[in-house]
Amino acid sequence: MRYAYYPGCSLHATAIEYNLSAKAVAKHLGLDLWEIPEWNCCGASAAHNTDHLLALALPARNLALAEKEGLDVAVPCAACFNRLRAAEAAARESEKMRVRLAEIIEMDYRASNRARAFLDIMVNEVGLQAIETMVVKPLTGLKVAAYYGCLLVRPPKITAFDDPEDPQTLDKLITSLGGTAVPWACKTECCSASLSLPRTDMGLKMVYEILRHAKEAGADCLVTACPLCMSNLDMRQAGVEARYNVKLGLPVFYFTELMGIAFGYAPKDLGVPRHFVNPIPLLEAREILRHPATRREQG
Amino acid sequence: MKERLELAATLNRDRELLDRVQRASGVSVKDCYQCGKCSAGCPAAFAMDYTPRQVIRLLQLGMVGEALKSHTIWVCAHCQTCYTRCPKEVDLPRLMEALRQEAKKAGFIAEKNIDIFDRAFLSSVERYGRVHEMGMMIQFNLQSLQPFKDALLAPPMLLNRKLNILPEKIKDGGAVKRIFAKVRAGNQGGDEH
Repeated sequence: MRYAYYPGCSLHATAIEYNLSAKAVAKHLGLDLWEIPEWNCCGASAAHNTDHLLALALPARNLALAEKEGLDVAVPCAACFNRLRAAEAAARESEKMRVRLAEIIEMDYRASNRARAFLDIMVNEVGLQAIETMVVKPLTGLKVAAYYGCLLVRPPKITAFDDPEDPQTLDKLITSLGGTAVPWACKTECCSASLSLPRTDMGLKMVYEILRHAKEAGADCLVTACPLCMSNLDMRQAGVEARYNVKLGLPVFYFTELMGIAFGYAPKDLGVPRHFVNPIPLLEAREILRHPATRREQG
Repeated sequence: MKERLELAATLNRDRELLDRVQRASGVSVKDCYQCGKCSAGCPAAFAMDYTPRQVIRLLQLGMVGEALKSHTIWVCAHCQTCYTRCPKEVDLPRLMEALRQEAKKAGFIAEKNIDIFDRAFLSSVERYGRVHEMGMMIQFNLQSLQPFKDALLAPPMLLNRKLNILPEKIKDGGAVKRIFAKVRAGNQGGDEH
Protein backbone atom coordinates (compact mmCIF):
# COMPACT_ATOMS: atom_id res chain seq x y z
CA MET A 1 0.00 0.00 0.00
CA ARG A 2 1.41 3.37 -1.02
CA TYR A 3 0.24 6.77 0.18
CA ALA A 4 1.36 10.34 -0.10
CA TYR A 5 2.28 11.49 3.40
CA TYR A 6 1.29 14.91 4.69
CA PRO A 7 2.78 15.38 8.17
CA GLY A 8 1.75 19.02 8.66
CA CYS A 9 3.66 21.64 10.65
CA SER A 10 3.07 20.26 14.14
CA LEU A 11 4.62 16.89 13.30
CA HIS A 12 7.87 18.64 12.49
CA ALA A 13 7.91 20.43 15.85
CA THR A 14 5.62 20.09 18.89
CA ALA A 15 4.33 16.71 17.71
CA ILE A 16 7.69 15.26 16.66
CA GLU A 17 6.84 12.00 18.48
CA TYR A 18 3.70 11.57 16.38
CA ASN A 19 5.85 11.75 13.24
CA LEU A 20 8.46 9.34 14.62
CA SER A 21 5.90 6.79 15.77
CA ALA A 22 3.67 7.07 12.67
CA LYS A 23 6.63 6.44 10.37
CA ALA A 24 7.88 3.55 12.52
CA VAL A 25 4.56 1.69 12.61
CA ALA A 26 3.89 2.37 8.91
CA LYS A 27 7.24 0.80 8.02
CA HIS A 28 6.58 -2.10 10.39
CA LEU A 29 3.28 -2.83 8.68
CA GLY A 30 4.69 -2.49 5.17
CA LEU A 31 2.96 0.79 4.40
CA ASP A 32 4.90 2.86 1.88
CA LEU A 33 4.74 6.60 2.69
CA TRP A 34 5.89 9.19 0.15
CA GLU A 35 6.25 12.54 1.92
CA ILE A 36 4.86 15.28 -0.30
CA PRO A 37 7.89 17.33 -1.37
CA GLU A 38 7.78 20.97 -0.25
CA TRP A 39 4.32 20.57 1.28
CA ASN A 40 2.85 23.74 2.77
CA CYS A 41 0.82 24.52 5.89
CA CYS A 42 -2.88 23.65 5.51
CA GLY A 43 -3.89 26.85 7.31
CA ALA A 44 -5.45 25.18 10.36
CA SER A 45 -6.49 26.67 12.61
CA ALA A 46 -6.36 30.32 11.54
CA ALA A 47 -7.02 30.58 7.79
CA HIS A 48 -10.72 29.62 7.90
CA ASN A 49 -11.38 32.49 10.28
CA THR A 50 -9.70 34.94 7.96
CA ASP A 51 -10.68 33.94 4.46
CA HIS A 52 -12.71 31.01 3.18
CA LEU A 53 -10.90 30.81 -0.17
CA LEU A 54 -7.46 30.95 1.46
CA ALA A 55 -8.53 28.13 3.79
CA LEU A 56 -9.35 25.96 0.76
CA ALA A 57 -6.41 26.93 -1.47
CA LEU A 58 -3.68 26.18 1.08
CA PRO A 59 -4.66 22.50 1.50
CA ALA A 60 -5.55 22.18 -2.21
CA ARG A 61 -1.91 22.73 -3.22
CA ASN A 62 -0.88 19.67 -1.17
CA LEU A 63 -3.70 17.56 -2.58
CA ALA A 64 -2.71 18.56 -6.12
CA LEU A 65 0.93 17.59 -5.51
CA ALA A 66 -0.20 14.12 -4.40
CA GLU A 67 -2.70 13.87 -7.24
CA LYS A 68 0.14 14.22 -9.76
CA GLU A 69 1.54 10.98 -8.33
CA GLY A 70 -1.89 9.38 -8.37
CA LEU A 71 -1.87 8.93 -4.61
CA ASP A 72 -4.33 9.32 -1.76
CA VAL A 73 -2.95 11.32 1.16
CA ALA A 74 -2.28 9.86 4.61
CA VAL A 75 -2.77 12.59 7.22
CA PRO A 76 -1.90 11.96 10.89
CA CYS A 77 -3.05 15.38 12.22
CA ALA A 78 -6.81 15.58 12.72
CA ALA A 79 -6.89 19.34 12.05
CA CYS A 80 -4.97 19.01 8.76
CA PHE A 81 -7.14 16.03 7.78
CA ASN A 82 -10.26 18.13 8.30
CA ARG A 83 -8.93 21.03 6.18
CA LEU A 84 -7.75 18.77 3.35
CA ARG A 85 -11.14 17.07 3.31
CA ALA A 86 -12.92 20.44 3.27
CA ALA A 87 -10.88 21.56 0.23
CA GLU A 88 -11.58 18.28 -1.55
CA ALA A 89 -15.32 18.53 -0.87
CA ALA A 90 -15.51 22.14 -2.04
CA ALA A 91 -13.75 21.26 -5.32
CA ARG A 92 -16.01 18.27 -5.91
CA GLU A 93 -19.21 20.15 -5.12
CA SER A 94 -18.56 23.06 -7.42
CA GLU A 95 -16.76 23.05 -10.74
CA LYS A 96 -16.41 26.82 -10.47
CA MET A 97 -14.59 26.44 -7.15
CA ARG A 98 -12.36 23.67 -8.53
CA VAL A 99 -11.28 25.88 -11.43
CA ARG A 100 -10.75 28.81 -9.09
CA LEU A 101 -8.56 26.72 -6.76
CA ALA A 102 -6.52 25.34 -9.65
CA GLU A 103 -5.91 28.88 -10.85
CA ILE A 104 -4.83 30.11 -7.40
CA ILE A 105 -2.46 27.22 -6.73
CA GLU A 106 -1.23 27.35 -10.35
CA MET A 107 -1.61 23.61 -10.73
CA ASP A 108 -3.99 21.21 -12.35
CA TYR A 109 -6.33 19.93 -9.64
CA ARG A 110 -9.15 17.53 -10.40
CA ALA A 111 -10.00 16.47 -6.83
CA SER A 112 -9.58 12.85 -7.90
CA ASN A 113 -7.61 11.75 -4.82
CA ARG A 114 -8.66 11.62 -1.18
CA ALA A 115 -7.22 12.65 2.15
CA ARG A 116 -7.39 9.79 4.63
CA ALA A 117 -6.87 9.99 8.37
CA PHE A 118 -3.82 7.94 9.34
CA LEU A 119 -6.01 6.19 11.93
CA ASP A 120 -8.55 5.30 9.24
CA ILE A 121 -5.82 3.77 7.04
CA MET A 122 -4.39 1.76 9.93
CA VAL A 123 -7.68 0.32 11.15
CA ASN A 124 -9.65 0.05 7.91
CA GLU A 125 -7.01 -0.58 5.24
CA VAL A 126 -4.14 -2.32 7.04
CA GLY A 127 -6.75 -3.87 9.31
CA LEU A 128 -7.01 -4.88 12.95
CA GLN A 129 -6.13 -8.47 12.19
CA ALA A 130 -2.80 -7.55 10.62
CA ILE A 131 -2.12 -5.22 13.53
CA GLU A 132 -2.97 -7.88 16.10
CA THR A 133 -0.49 -10.37 14.64
CA MET A 134 2.32 -7.82 15.15
CA VAL A 135 1.70 -7.40 18.89
CA VAL A 136 4.58 -8.71 20.97
CA LYS A 137 4.05 -6.58 24.08
CA PRO A 138 0.30 -6.50 24.63
CA LEU A 139 -1.02 -3.52 26.57
CA THR A 140 -2.51 -5.84 29.20
CA GLY A 141 -3.95 -3.99 32.16
CA LEU A 142 -3.69 -0.56 30.51
CA LYS A 143 -6.99 1.29 30.87
CA VAL A 144 -7.23 3.81 28.06
CA ALA A 145 -9.76 6.58 27.41
CA ALA A 146 -9.99 6.87 23.62
CA TYR A 147 -10.17 10.57 22.85
CA TYR A 148 -11.18 11.45 19.30
CA GLY A 149 -11.74 15.18 19.70
CA CYS A 150 -13.62 17.16 17.07
CA LEU A 151 -11.98 17.26 13.70
CA LEU A 152 -11.54 13.56 13.03
CA VAL A 153 -15.27 12.88 13.15
CA ARG A 154 -17.02 16.23 12.58
CA PRO A 155 -18.76 17.37 10.54
CA PRO A 156 -19.57 13.84 9.31
CA LYS A 157 -20.43 15.14 5.81
CA ILE A 158 -16.82 16.26 5.42
CA THR A 159 -14.89 13.67 7.44
CA ALA A 160 -16.98 10.61 6.50
CA PHE A 161 -15.24 8.72 9.29
CA ASP A 162 -16.83 6.81 12.16
CA ASP A 163 -19.76 7.96 14.33
CA PRO A 164 -19.67 11.63 15.34
CA GLU A 165 -21.17 11.03 18.79
CA ASP A 166 -19.81 7.64 19.83
CA PRO A 167 -16.91 6.65 17.57
CA GLN A 168 -15.31 3.23 18.03
CA THR A 169 -12.20 3.08 15.78
CA LEU A 170 -9.66 3.97 18.48
CA ASP A 171 -11.43 1.79 21.05
CA LYS A 172 -11.17 -1.22 18.73
CA LEU A 173 -7.52 -0.47 18.05
CA ILE A 174 -6.74 -0.36 21.79
CA THR A 175 -8.49 -3.69 22.27
CA SER A 176 -6.54 -5.30 19.44
CA LEU A 177 -3.31 -4.08 21.07
CA GLY A 178 -4.34 -5.93 24.24
CA GLY A 179 -5.42 -2.89 26.24
CA THR A 180 -8.77 -1.99 27.75
CA ALA A 181 -10.80 0.86 26.27
CA VAL A 182 -12.91 2.39 29.06
CA PRO A 183 -16.39 3.63 28.22
CA TRP A 184 -16.60 7.37 28.94
CA ALA A 185 -18.53 10.50 28.07
CA CYS A 186 -16.01 12.91 26.54
CA LYS A 187 -14.76 11.03 23.49
CA THR A 188 -15.62 13.86 21.13
CA GLU A 189 -15.72 16.87 23.49
CA CYS A 190 -13.69 19.86 22.26
CA CYS A 191 -10.28 20.52 23.89
CA SER A 192 -10.41 24.21 22.73
CA ALA A 193 -7.84 23.64 19.97
CA SER A 194 -5.78 26.75 19.29
CA LEU A 195 -7.95 28.93 21.58
CA SER A 196 -5.82 27.66 24.46
CA LEU A 197 -3.08 30.08 23.39
CA PRO A 198 -5.02 33.37 23.18
CA ARG A 199 -7.66 32.31 25.76
CA THR A 200 -5.81 30.00 28.14
CA ASP A 201 -8.55 30.42 30.78
CA MET A 202 -11.09 28.86 28.39
CA GLY A 203 -8.69 26.14 27.34
CA LEU A 204 -7.94 25.07 30.90
CA LYS A 205 -11.62 24.67 31.74
CA MET A 206 -12.33 22.64 28.62
CA VAL A 207 -9.30 20.43 29.15
CA TYR A 208 -10.19 19.97 32.82
CA GLU A 209 -13.64 18.63 31.92
CA ILE A 210 -12.12 16.05 29.55
CA LEU A 211 -9.39 14.88 31.93
CA ARG A 212 -11.77 14.77 34.90
CA HIS A 213 -14.21 12.55 33.01
CA ALA A 214 -11.40 10.23 31.89
CA LYS A 215 -10.22 9.91 35.48
CA GLU A 216 -13.72 9.28 36.79
CA ALA A 217 -14.24 6.58 34.15
CA GLY A 218 -11.24 4.75 35.63
CA ALA A 219 -8.78 5.44 32.80
CA ASP A 220 -5.10 5.62 33.62
CA CYS A 221 -4.19 7.34 30.36
CA LEU A 222 -5.68 8.83 27.20
CA VAL A 223 -4.98 8.18 23.55
CA THR A 224 -5.39 10.75 20.79
CA ALA A 225 -4.91 11.21 17.04
CA CYS A 226 -4.38 14.98 17.06
CA PRO A 227 -1.36 17.18 17.90
CA LEU A 228 -3.58 20.05 19.07
CA CYS A 229 -5.43 17.73 21.46
CA MET A 230 -2.08 16.39 22.68
CA SER A 231 -0.72 19.87 23.40
CA ASN A 232 -3.81 20.79 25.34
CA LEU A 233 -4.24 17.55 27.30
CA ASP A 234 -0.55 16.94 27.99
CA MET A 235 1.24 20.31 28.01
CA ARG A 236 -1.60 22.15 29.78
CA GLN A 237 -2.27 19.37 32.32
CA ALA A 238 -0.01 20.87 35.00
CA GLY A 239 -1.80 24.20 34.52
CA VAL A 240 -5.17 22.46 34.93
CA GLU A 241 -3.99 20.71 38.11
CA ALA A 242 -2.80 24.02 39.59
CA ARG A 243 -5.90 25.98 38.63
CA TYR A 244 -8.46 23.40 39.79
CA ASN A 245 -6.37 22.09 42.68
CA VAL A 246 -6.55 18.44 41.61
CA LYS A 247 -4.05 15.70 40.96
CA LEU A 248 -4.68 14.05 37.59
CA GLY A 249 -1.39 12.50 36.45
CA LEU A 250 -2.87 11.16 33.22
CA PRO A 251 -0.32 10.42 30.49
CA VAL A 252 -1.52 11.01 26.94
CA PHE A 253 -0.37 8.90 23.99
CA TYR A 254 -0.65 9.19 20.23
CA PHE A 255 -2.27 5.97 18.99
CA THR A 256 0.84 5.36 16.89
CA GLU A 257 2.97 5.38 20.06
CA LEU A 258 0.79 2.69 21.66
CA MET A 259 1.00 0.67 18.45
CA GLY A 260 4.79 1.01 18.42
CA ILE A 261 5.09 0.01 22.07
CA ALA A 262 2.90 -3.04 21.49
CA PHE A 263 5.01 -3.93 18.44
CA GLY A 264 8.05 -4.00 20.71
CA TYR A 265 9.74 -0.69 19.91
CA ALA A 266 11.63 1.10 22.67
CA PRO A 267 9.58 4.10 23.91
CA LYS A 268 12.48 6.45 23.26
CA ASP A 269 12.65 5.45 19.60
CA LEU A 270 9.02 6.51 19.30
CA GLY A 271 9.55 9.80 21.13
CA VAL A 272 7.36 8.77 24.08
CA PRO A 273 9.61 10.23 26.82
CA ARG A 274 9.22 13.71 25.29
CA HIS A 275 5.76 14.19 26.80
CA PHE A 276 5.12 16.60 29.67
CA VAL A 277 3.30 13.96 31.74
CA ASN A 278 5.87 11.16 31.70
CA PRO A 279 4.16 7.94 30.57
CA ILE A 280 7.07 5.61 31.40
CA PRO A 281 6.18 4.99 35.09
CA LEU A 282 2.68 3.89 34.05
CA LEU A 283 4.03 1.54 31.36
CA GLU A 284 6.43 0.10 33.95
CA ALA A 285 3.74 -0.29 36.59
CA ARG A 286 1.65 -2.32 34.12
CA GLU A 287 4.78 -4.33 33.26
CA ILE A 288 4.21 -3.66 29.58
CA LEU A 289 7.84 -2.84 28.83
CA ARG A 290 9.08 -5.86 30.79
CA HIS A 291 7.27 -8.32 28.58
CA PRO A 292 9.84 -10.99 27.65
CA ALA A 293 9.41 -10.79 23.88
CA THR A 294 11.38 -8.03 22.23
CA ARG A 295 11.45 -6.76 18.70
CA ARG A 296 15.01 -7.95 18.21
CA GLU A 297 14.08 -11.53 19.10
CA GLN A 298 11.22 -11.29 16.64
CA GLY A 299 13.91 -10.59 14.07
CA MET B 1 -41.72 47.35 28.96
CA LYS B 2 -38.64 49.52 29.32
CA GLU B 3 -37.12 49.08 25.91
CA ARG B 4 -38.90 48.98 22.60
CA LEU B 5 -37.38 47.90 19.37
CA GLU B 6 -38.79 48.88 16.01
CA LEU B 7 -38.09 45.66 14.15
CA ALA B 8 -39.09 46.76 10.67
CA ALA B 9 -36.57 49.59 10.80
CA THR B 10 -33.67 47.47 12.09
CA LEU B 11 -34.40 44.80 9.52
CA ASN B 12 -34.09 47.30 6.71
CA ARG B 13 -31.02 49.03 8.06
CA ASP B 14 -28.81 45.95 8.18
CA ARG B 15 -30.32 44.04 5.30
CA GLU B 16 -27.36 44.49 2.97
CA LEU B 17 -24.89 43.38 5.63
CA LEU B 18 -27.02 40.36 6.47
CA ASP B 19 -27.24 39.40 2.80
CA ARG B 20 -23.47 39.54 2.56
CA VAL B 21 -23.04 37.31 5.63
CA GLN B 22 -25.60 34.83 4.31
CA ARG B 23 -23.96 34.70 0.88
CA ALA B 24 -20.46 34.26 2.30
CA SER B 25 -21.50 31.51 4.69
CA GLY B 26 -24.13 29.81 2.57
CA VAL B 27 -26.42 29.93 5.60
CA SER B 28 -29.98 31.19 5.46
CA VAL B 29 -30.79 32.40 8.96
CA LYS B 30 -34.50 31.77 8.35
CA ASP B 31 -33.78 28.03 8.43
CA CYS B 32 -33.24 28.16 12.20
CA TYR B 33 -36.35 27.50 14.29
CA GLN B 34 -34.59 28.28 17.57
CA CYS B 35 -34.66 24.81 19.12
CA GLY B 36 -31.42 25.54 21.00
CA LYS B 37 -29.74 22.21 20.38
CA CYS B 38 -26.62 24.06 19.15
CA SER B 39 -26.26 25.92 22.41
CA ALA B 40 -27.05 22.99 24.70
CA GLY B 41 -24.07 21.10 23.32
CA CYS B 42 -21.70 24.01 22.73
CA PRO B 43 -18.46 23.41 24.70
CA ALA B 44 -17.53 27.11 24.51
CA ALA B 45 -20.93 28.53 25.49
CA PHE B 46 -19.69 29.22 29.02
CA ALA B 47 -17.36 31.89 27.61
CA MET B 48 -19.91 33.51 25.27
CA ASP B 49 -22.00 36.64 25.75
CA TYR B 50 -24.71 35.39 23.37
CA THR B 51 -25.30 31.67 22.88
CA PRO B 52 -25.05 30.46 19.26
CA ARG B 53 -28.87 30.29 19.13
CA GLN B 54 -29.07 33.91 20.27
CA VAL B 55 -26.60 35.01 17.59
CA ILE B 56 -28.90 33.55 14.95
CA ARG B 57 -31.87 35.23 16.62
CA LEU B 58 -30.08 38.59 16.46
CA LEU B 59 -29.58 38.06 12.74
CA GLN B 60 -33.20 37.02 12.23
CA LEU B 61 -34.24 40.26 13.92
CA GLY B 62 -31.86 42.27 11.76
CA MET B 63 -29.59 43.23 14.66
CA VAL B 64 -26.44 42.36 12.75
CA GLY B 65 -24.32 45.01 14.47
CA GLU B 66 -24.97 43.38 17.85
CA ALA B 67 -23.78 40.06 16.48
CA LEU B 68 -20.64 41.64 15.03
CA LYS B 69 -19.74 43.17 18.39
CA SER B 70 -20.22 39.92 20.30
CA HIS B 71 -17.50 37.81 21.87
CA THR B 72 -19.32 34.69 20.68
CA ILE B 73 -18.10 34.97 17.09
CA TRP B 74 -14.49 34.99 18.36
CA VAL B 75 -14.60 32.31 21.06
CA CYS B 76 -16.41 29.78 18.87
CA ALA B 77 -13.90 26.90 18.76
CA HIS B 78 -15.19 25.59 15.40
CA CYS B 79 -15.60 22.16 16.95
CA GLN B 80 -18.55 21.45 14.62
CA THR B 81 -20.74 20.02 17.38
CA CYS B 82 -23.64 22.40 16.64
CA TYR B 83 -23.51 21.80 12.89
CA THR B 84 -23.39 18.04 13.41
CA ARG B 85 -26.45 18.10 15.66
CA CYS B 86 -28.57 20.83 14.06
CA PRO B 87 -31.85 19.32 12.81
CA LYS B 88 -31.94 21.97 10.08
CA GLU B 89 -28.26 21.59 9.15
CA VAL B 90 -27.49 25.24 9.73
CA ASP B 91 -23.73 25.59 9.28
CA LEU B 92 -23.12 27.73 12.35
CA PRO B 93 -19.32 27.50 12.28
CA ARG B 94 -19.31 28.90 8.73
CA LEU B 95 -21.70 31.62 9.85
CA MET B 96 -19.37 32.51 12.74
CA GLU B 97 -16.46 32.73 10.27
CA ALA B 98 -18.39 35.06 7.99
CA LEU B 99 -19.45 37.23 10.95
CA ARG B 100 -15.89 37.39 12.20
CA GLN B 101 -14.66 38.54 8.81
CA GLU B 102 -17.37 41.24 8.65
CA ALA B 103 -16.57 42.27 12.22
CA LYS B 104 -12.93 42.78 11.30
CA LYS B 105 -13.90 44.91 8.31
CA ALA B 106 -16.12 47.02 10.55
CA GLY B 107 -13.38 47.33 13.17
CA PHE B 108 -15.22 45.37 15.88
CA ILE B 109 -12.70 43.02 17.47
CA ALA B 110 -14.15 41.87 20.77
CA GLU B 111 -11.29 39.42 21.37
CA LYS B 112 -8.07 41.18 20.41
CA ASN B 113 -5.76 38.31 21.38
CA ILE B 114 -7.60 35.79 19.21
CA ASP B 115 -7.21 38.16 16.27
CA ILE B 116 -3.51 38.63 17.06
CA PHE B 117 -3.08 34.85 17.17
CA ASP B 118 -4.72 34.35 13.77
CA ARG B 119 -2.57 37.05 12.20
CA ALA B 120 0.66 35.76 13.77
CA PHE B 121 -0.17 32.28 12.48
CA LEU B 122 -0.92 33.34 8.94
CA SER B 123 2.02 35.71 8.64
CA SER B 124 4.26 32.77 9.49
CA VAL B 125 2.59 30.64 6.79
CA GLU B 126 2.84 33.42 4.22
CA ARG B 127 6.51 34.02 4.96
CA TYR B 128 7.79 30.44 5.21
CA GLY B 129 5.08 28.24 3.68
CA ARG B 130 4.80 26.48 7.03
CA VAL B 131 4.02 27.61 10.56
CA HIS B 132 7.09 28.24 12.62
CA GLU B 133 5.52 27.46 15.98
CA MET B 134 8.17 29.08 18.15
CA GLY B 135 8.34 32.27 16.08
CA MET B 136 4.56 32.47 16.04
CA MET B 137 4.31 32.08 19.84
CA ILE B 138 6.93 34.77 20.39
CA GLN B 139 5.16 37.12 17.98
CA PHE B 140 1.85 36.43 19.73
CA ASN B 141 3.32 37.09 23.17
CA LEU B 142 4.92 40.36 22.11
CA GLN B 143 1.90 41.71 20.27
CA SER B 144 -0.53 40.71 23.01
CA LEU B 145 1.80 42.38 25.56
CA GLN B 146 2.33 39.22 27.63
CA PRO B 147 6.03 38.56 26.95
CA PHE B 148 6.34 35.79 29.55
CA LYS B 149 3.11 33.91 28.79
CA ASP B 150 3.75 30.14 28.93
CA ALA B 151 7.49 30.89 29.27
CA LEU B 152 7.90 27.97 31.69
CA LEU B 153 6.75 25.56 28.97
CA ALA B 154 9.53 26.59 26.61
CA PRO B 155 12.64 25.03 28.25
CA PRO B 156 11.26 21.46 28.38
CA MET B 157 10.00 21.82 24.81
CA LEU B 158 13.39 22.99 23.60
CA LEU B 159 15.11 20.15 25.48
CA ASN B 160 12.79 17.62 23.87
CA ARG B 161 13.35 19.23 20.47
CA LYS B 162 9.67 20.07 20.23
CA LEU B 163 10.45 23.64 19.21
CA ASN B 164 12.67 24.59 16.32
CA ILE B 165 14.70 27.75 16.82
CA LEU B 166 14.81 28.35 13.07
CA PRO B 167 11.82 28.16 10.72
CA GLU B 168 11.50 25.51 8.02
CA LYS B 169 11.23 27.38 4.76
CA ILE B 170 9.84 25.47 1.80
CA LYS B 171 11.23 25.69 -1.72
CA ASP B 172 7.97 26.26 -3.55
CA GLY B 173 9.15 28.97 -5.90
CA GLY B 174 6.92 31.47 -4.09
CA ALA B 175 3.73 29.46 -4.70
CA VAL B 176 2.34 30.00 -1.18
CA LYS B 177 3.09 33.74 -1.27
CA ARG B 178 1.20 33.93 -4.55
CA ILE B 179 -1.77 32.04 -3.04
CA PHE B 180 -2.02 34.77 -0.39
CA ALA B 181 -1.58 37.52 -2.98
CA LYS B 182 -4.23 36.15 -5.34
CA VAL B 183 -6.77 35.68 -2.56
CA ARG B 184 -6.13 39.25 -1.41
CA ALA B 185 -6.44 40.64 -4.93
CA GLY B 186 -9.72 38.74 -5.44
CA ASN B 187 -11.14 40.23 -2.25
CA GLN B 188 -10.22 43.77 -3.23
CA GLY B 189 -12.02 43.28 -6.50
CA GLY B 190 -15.18 42.63 -4.48
CA ASP B 191 -15.07 39.06 -5.73
CA GLU B 192 -17.53 36.65 -4.13
CA HIS B 193 -16.42 33.18 -3.18
